[in-house]
Amino acid sequence: MAVEKELKIELGKQGIFVTTIEELYNWGRRSSVWPMQFGLACCAIEMIATTMARYDLARFGAEVFRPSPRQADLMIVSGTVTKKMAPQVVRLYNQMAEPKYVIAMGACAISGGPFKQGYNVLKGIDRYIPVDVHIPGCPPRPEALIQAFMTLQKKIDGQPLTGEGRPRYLDADAQCEFPVPEQGAHDLEPPSNRGVWPVEIQGRGSRD
Amino acid sequence: MSVVETKAERAAGWNRPPAVEPEGEGELLEVAMGPHHPSTHGVFRMDVALDGERVVRLKPVFGYLHRNHEKIAEGASYLASMPYTDRLDYFCSLTNNWAYALAVEKLAGQEVPERAEYIRVILAELTRIQNHASTIGFLLQEMGASGTPLMYAFREREKILDLFESLTGSRMMCNYMRFGGCRVDLSAAWLEATKKVVAGLPAFVDEFEALLTGNEILMARCQGVGVLKPDLAVNASISGPMLRASGVNYDIRKVDHYGIYDRFRFRVPLGDHGDVYDRYMVRVLEMRESIGILNQALQEIPAGPIMDAKAKLRGFRPKPGEAYGRIEAPKGELGFYLISDGSPNPYRYRVRPPSLINLTVLEDMCLGHNVADVVLIFGSVDIVLGEVDR
Repeated sequence: MAVEKELKIELGKQGIFVTTIEELYNWGRRSSVWPMQFGLACCAIEMIATTMARYDLARFGAEVFRPSPRQADLMIVSGTVTKKMAPQVVRLYNQMAEPKYVIAMGACAISGGPFKQGYNVLKGIDRYIPVDVHIPGCPPRPEALIQAFMTLQKKIDGQPLTGEGRPRYLDADAQCEFPVPEQGAHDLEPPSNRGVWPVEIQGRGSRD
Repeated sequence: MSVVETKAERAAGWNRPPAVEPEGEGELLEVAMGPHHPSTHGVFRMDVALDGERVVRLKPVFGYLHRNHEKIAEGASYLASMPYTDRLDYFCSLTNNWAYALAVEKLAGQEVPERAEYIRVILAELTRIQNHASTIGFLLQEMGASGTPLMYAFREREKILDLFESLTGSRMMCNYMRFGGCRVDLSAAWLEATKKVVAGLPAFVDEFEALLTGNEILMARCQGVGVLKPDLAVNASISGPMLRASGVNYDIRKVDHYGIYDRFRFRVPLGDHGDVYDRYMVRVLEMRESIGILNQALQEIPAGPIMDAKAKLRGFRPKPGEAYGRIEAPKGELGFYLISDGSPNPYRYRVRPPSLINLTVLEDMCLGHNVADVVLIFGSVDIVLGEVDR
């Protein structure tokens, strides 16, 4: 049962703290999101700059970059994902423990960016893994990464623990691991993961 | 890549280290370091064969960030490749711009006005300082000095990036230089701000050195580790601080007389031993020399135009021919080789990346050392994967 907002504020003034398990739980989760120490290209440098003194990502409880996927909650795909690297990215994502989130940082991670016409560049990591927040930019400024981070925190805050829209790891039927693509004769096989990318990709070497 | 020395290599007088034989019996442990490894500066893989902790074989695996830079450039107009050069070595976009502009200027026979030359020198030396500071920061991070040196380096880097941003509009991908000059002129206020930042840099280098140079742990970890002999360095075409750390006096600013580097007084720091510590020390000293160049350039910069009056941005078609333009980038010799067939886009576009070529001696430097030292030696090469794989 949700408590009315005004009532909560009034009670707070009287020194009484009222909350729900859901709120407390989500507050805990969103305040200590540990990203994976994982850089792909140019955007990784801006990601490092975000953790440094001026931008100070530690204010959001996310300064602990973990080299191991097992200890990380958030994967920041920072840079161009090539077709040689895409299987490793998906494998790393599969190795992360739930709850896990993904930020696609920069034009390349979203869509291939300036290198989209290249034969070797994946046209967006959201073809293989579910992405929670996309940040445009080449590279996005550290402020943009912080904005994405706050967006993610809002998303975590809004997740109910029961019923529709509950996090994936609380749903016994939800898929948490995704098939790792392999290099086929001409392209990655399969060209996309139909679970997260519902549009069929036409033919080999397609430009879309 | 085999560790075993071939007869041809021996005959050619390559000073290769002797093949490391495993001690005792038992199988070698093969480890794939990367492509996701916290210390590989991006997506690079080293397949290492270990005898206990000792490295007996090392095979670099490239291509995880191959982005078709050269092929895209051959299909695009000359000017359209300029933003792509920013993304080669994404720490030093301005020096990449300069090398490419220099190659095209040679191809088209364009002159650069004096003020533009000064602006280029100022920006290139600022780039060099922030690159060397960050490199040392990352090297120390890999050594286990988690945080502090990198924080110091990035504090200064942010100040320099602010200057880049106010001049070019972008922190990292500046896309600033044009064939025959520069895109926008710098203001008096920008010059004042730059002078202020440059005036603060010697104190930063002093602080950095007080923290690191005499540090016993750093010396114990770095001295005598990853030695690169000068003749191997020359034979393998190593360039930049890595070559000079091995004691070879070769700085393209001095030997090639490109730009206006003849007008500035600066010395070329050289190392004695060619180990990781010398590479660290050469970078620190280069930062000091760059500050000297900056002080001179900021004093002497003349007024005048910043673009060659005859330069054509739209419909630019150089005459058929070929040209190679190279500069002393922070990581080494960065060159662009262009062949023109008279059309708006280059017939052949080739980058000579210092990072990739400096990596070719990685195995020679790592053999016989511990795994922990491999990370250190790799860090001291100073690579950026955007440039290695292109």
